[in-house]
Amino acid sequence: MITLHVNGQEHTTDADPSLPLLWFLRDELNLTGTKFGCGEALCGSCKVHVDGEISFSCVVPLEAVAGRHVTTIEGLDPNGNHPVQKAWRAVNVPQCGYCQAGQIMQAAALLKKNPKPTDEEIRAAMSGNICRCGCYQRIENAIRVAATGV
Amino acid sequence: MIQFPRKHVIENVSRRSLLKGLGLGGGLVLMARWAPAYAADPNAPYATGASAMPHGTVNDPHVFVAIDPNGLVTIIATRSEMGTGSRTSLPMVVAEELDADWSRVKVQQAPGDEVKYGNQDTDGSRSLRHFIQPMREVGAATRLMLETAAAKKWGVDVSQVQASNHEVLDKSSGRKVGYGALASDAAALPTPPRDKLTFKDASQYRYIGKGNVGIVDLFDITVGKAGYGADHRLAGQRYAVIARPAVAGGKLVSFDGTAAMKVPGVEKVVEVPGWQPPGTKFLPLGGVAVVARNTGAAIKGRAALKIVWDDGPNKDYDSDKYRAELEAATRAPGRMVRDLGDTDGALKSAAEVVTAEYYVPHLAHVSMEPPCALASVAAGKCEVWAPVQSPGGTRDDLAKLLEIPVENVTVNVTLLGGGFGRKSKCDYVLEAALLSKALGMPIQVQWTRDDDIRNDFFHAVAVERIEAGLDANKKVVAWRHRSAAPSIMSTFLGASADHQAAFEVCMGMADVPFDIANIRCETGLAVAHTRIGWFRSVYNVPHGFAVQSMVAELAHATGRDPKDMLLELIGPPRIVDPRLQFAKDMFWDYGEPFDSYPIDAGRLRHVAEMAADKAGWGRTLPKGHGLGIAAHRSFVTYVATVVEVAVDDKGEVSVPRVDTVIDCGFHVNPERITSQIEGVAVMGLSMAKYGAVTFKNGRAQQSNYNDFRVVRINDAPPVTNTYIVPHPFEVHASGVGEPGLPPFMPALCNAIFAATGKRIRSLPIGDQLKA
Repeated sequence: MITLHVNGQEHTTDADPSLPLLWFLRDELNLTGTKFGCGEALCGSCKVHVDGEISFSCVVPLEAVAGRHVTTIEGLDPNGNHPVQKAWRAVNVPQCGYCQAGQIMQAAALLKKNPKPTDEEIRAAMSGNICRCGCYQRIENAIRVAATGV
Repeated sequence: MIQFPRKHVIENVSRRSLLKGLGLGGGLVLMARWAPAYAADPNAPYATGASAMPHGTVNDPHVFVAIDPNGLVTIIATRSEMGTGSRTSLPMVVAEELDADWSRVKVQQAPGDEVKYGNQDTDGSRSLRHFIQPMREVGAATRLMLETAAAKKWGVDVSQVQASNHEVLDKSSGRKVGYGALASDAAALPTPPRDKLTFKDASQYRYIGKGNVGIVDLFDITVGKAGYGADHRLAGQRYAVIARPAVAGGKLVSFDGTAAMKVPGVEKVVEVPGWQPPGTKFLPLGGVAVVARNTGAAIKGRAALKIVWDDGPNKDYDSDKYRAELEAATRAPGRMVRDLGDTDGALKSAAEVVTAEYYVPHLAHVSMEPPCALASVAAGKCEVWAPVQSPGGTRDDLAKLLEIPVENVTVNVTLLGGGFGRKSKCDYVLEAALLSKALGMPIQVQWTRDDDIRNDFFHAVAVERIEAGLDANKKVVAWRHRSAAPSIMSTFLGASADHQAAFEVCMGMADVPFDIANIRCETGLAVAHTRIGWFRSVYNVPHGFAVQSMVAELAHATGRDPKDMLLELIGPPRIVDPRLQFAKDMFWDYGEPFDSYPIDAGRLRHVAEMAADKAGWGRTLPKGHGLGIAAHRSFVTYVATVVEVAVDDKGEVSVPRVDTVIDCGFHVNPERITSQIEGVAVMGLSMAKYGAVTFKNGRAQQSNYNDFRVVRINDAPPVTNTYIVPHPFEVHASGVGEPGLPPFMPALCNAIFAATGKRIRSLPIGDQLKA
C-alpha cells in the first residue's frame, strides 16, 4: 500500500508501486486534467508538481511519490485564479487546449522559482512542453503577462 | 446558382509616411487591387458545397436554440472542436443575429446526428464556409420569433417591436421584456420562412469581426475541467491498449498472454478482430488487447505479450525504394489531368528549360491527444464518448459493424486534443465498441504515442517534378508538372486507386492559377503500401511546396526578384477558369460550386503584394538572414506568407519573423484566425525541419517525439504577424483551418535560398545545411 497526498487530500492505494503517477491520477482518482501525450517524458502534457517541483507524471512511479505532496492542474488554484491561469485567459493562449494543463503547471513552477524570467529563460523552461497546435508565441506572452502582473 | 460579378479596382496607395515611420525607406507604391463588386442584395442566399455533403445543412431554430425562462440561451454546436474555434465561432454567428448577450449564452455539443443537425464532418476547412448561412438564419429566425411573441403579448404590430441585447423593446411605449419571459411563446411559433428574415448590417455587429469573444472552453481548459476523449468515466469501465500489426496488411497468427496476465492490474487478454488494408476504410487493424484496471497496467501488460504476426503483402515496404519508384514515375509521361495549349511542343522549342524535382515524405499527425475512445455496448445499444471529426460517419460505421440500427448508437463528441485529419478516421472508436461488446463492460481504448505514429493513416509521400520552359525573353511559356503520390482513395478502394484522385490533384497542382500559355499536369503511378489519410492541408502540402519553390527557382534562373516573378506568374487580376482544360471528372474546387468560389487570381495577387508590403520586402537584413515569399490558394482561401529565416554558421535554421496575409472572404472571429496562422507557422516549421516517417521492412521507423520531432518553443518563430483582408458578407466566407499551412514551407525554403544560396528540394531539411 502506498500513501500520498494529492491536492491536499490523502490517498492510500493498492495499485502497482511501479505504476506511473499519471495513470493513478487519471484512472484511479479520476483527476483527468493531467494529460497523456507521450509516456516518455518528451512532451510535458502530464506535468504536475511533486513537493512543489515540476515532474513528468507519465514516468514517475507511484512508489517514488509515497508520502509526498502532488499538485495537479485541478489543485493549482481552487478558483482558477493563479496568475498563470489568469494570464492564459487574458492572452487567449489555447487552441485545442490538450497540452495546456502541462504548460500551465510548468509556467507556474517557473515563476515560483524565477518571478521575473527573461524571454530566454521562459523559452528554456518551457522547452520540455510540446504544443502541436503551435501556441508558443502566446505561451511566451502569457508568461510575461503573469510575471509582470499586467 | 448565384453569379458573382466582379470589377477591377486600381488604387494608388501612398506608403511614404508608413515606410518612413518603419525606417524602411520611401517610395510611392502602385497597388492594383482586385475587389469583388457588391451584390445588389448582400443577404441573398448563395450556393455552397454543403448541399452535396451527406445530410447538407439544417437551419431550424427549434433544433439549434433553447431559451430558459431565466434568459439563458443554449446554442447547439454540431461541428467538432479540435482547436480552430468553430465551436465558439458558429454559435457566435447565431448569437449575433439573435442579438443575445454572449455572457448569457451556453454552448452545448451535439451528438452525432446528421439527419437532425446536418453534416458534421469537421474537415476540409468547411465549418464556417458551409454553416455561416444556416447559423445566421437560425439567429435571425429566433429573433423574429421572439419579436412576434412580444408583439402578440402587447397586441401591437411586429414592426413596432425590436429585439436588442437579450430583450425586446416596444418602440412606441418604451416597455421591454426579456428573452426568457418570451421563450415559451416564441418556441411555440412556426419557423418563419427565409424571405421574412432580416439580417443585421455589419455596423451593428457586436461580436462578428471583433475578436472580443474568448473560446467557450477557455476557463475549463485553464483549470483542467475541459473534457477530452479519455476524460469521461462510466461505472465499471476498464482500460485497454491494443498490440496491432506493425505492417499495414499484417495479421495476428498466435499469441501468448500468460506473462501479461501476471502484471498487477491486468484483468484480461483478448484478441481484437482486424481487417487488412488497403481498401478497408476505417476498420480496425486488429490485434491483441490487454484490459486492466488502469491504462498504465494495460500498457505494462502489453509489453509482456508474446505475439506471432504474419506481416502480409507490405512487409517489404521501404521508403527509399519507394522514393525511387515515384521519381521514375515522374520522369516519364503520366496520366493527363489538365492540358492547356501544347506544353510538350513549347518545352521542345523553349530557349531554356528549368527542371526541378521535389520530395515530401510521409508525415504523422501526432495530435497531442493520441486516439482514444470510451464505448459501452449492451442490450443492442452502443454509446461512445470519443474525440472524432466525423460524428455522423462514426455513428454509421458503429451501427454497421455492430449490426444494430443507427438509432441505437449514440456518439458523444468530446473536445479533440488536436485532429489534423487523423480523427476523421474512427478505427479507434470501432475498437472500443468491439471490445465492450465482447467483454460486456464499458471499455476505454487508449492509443500510446508509439501506436499513433506506427499505425497512423499517414500523409502521402510525394515526388513532384516541374519543368518550366522559358522563351528568349526569359518569359515562362510552358509548365509541366508531374506528381506521384499514393492516393487517399486507396484507403477506400484498395490497390486500384493507383493515381491521385480529382480532389487530390486539384489541391494546388492542376488548379495552379498561373498565367502561362502552355500548362500540362500529369500524375504518376503510385500504389499505397500503408494506410494513407487526410493530413491538414492534404496534397496542398507537397504540391504547394513544389510550385512555390519553382517560382523562386525561376526567379533565380532569370535574374529576377522572387516576388516579381510570383506576381508575373499569377498574372493580372482575373477569374481563372480552367475547367475545360481538365480530363473528364478531374476538376474539383474543394467541393464548391465554381461560381460561388471561382479561382480569383486578383485575390491571390493581392495577398502576395500585401504580404510583401507588410514584411518590408527588400529590407536590409543581417548576415545569414533571408526573406522568402509564397502565395497559395487552398480550401478556396488565399494566403501569402513571407518568412524571414536565419541560418547560422553551423547550418542551424531559425525563423525570427513571419508575416502572413489571409483572404478568407467574410470573417467571423479574427482572434481565432490569428491563432490558426500562428499555429501553422509552427507546424510548417516542424514539417520543414524535422518531419518524416520512413519505412523499412514494412514498418514505420519512428515512434515518439524523440524521433518524430516537432518544433518546441525554443525553436518556434517568436513573431508571426497576421493580416486579414476584410470583406463584406457577400464575399463568401471560405475557410481557415488549413489554408495557412501550404505556403509556409516553400516561403521558408525560398528564404533559405536567399540567405545561403542553397536550394532545399527534399524535405525535411535535416542536416542538409550543415557543413
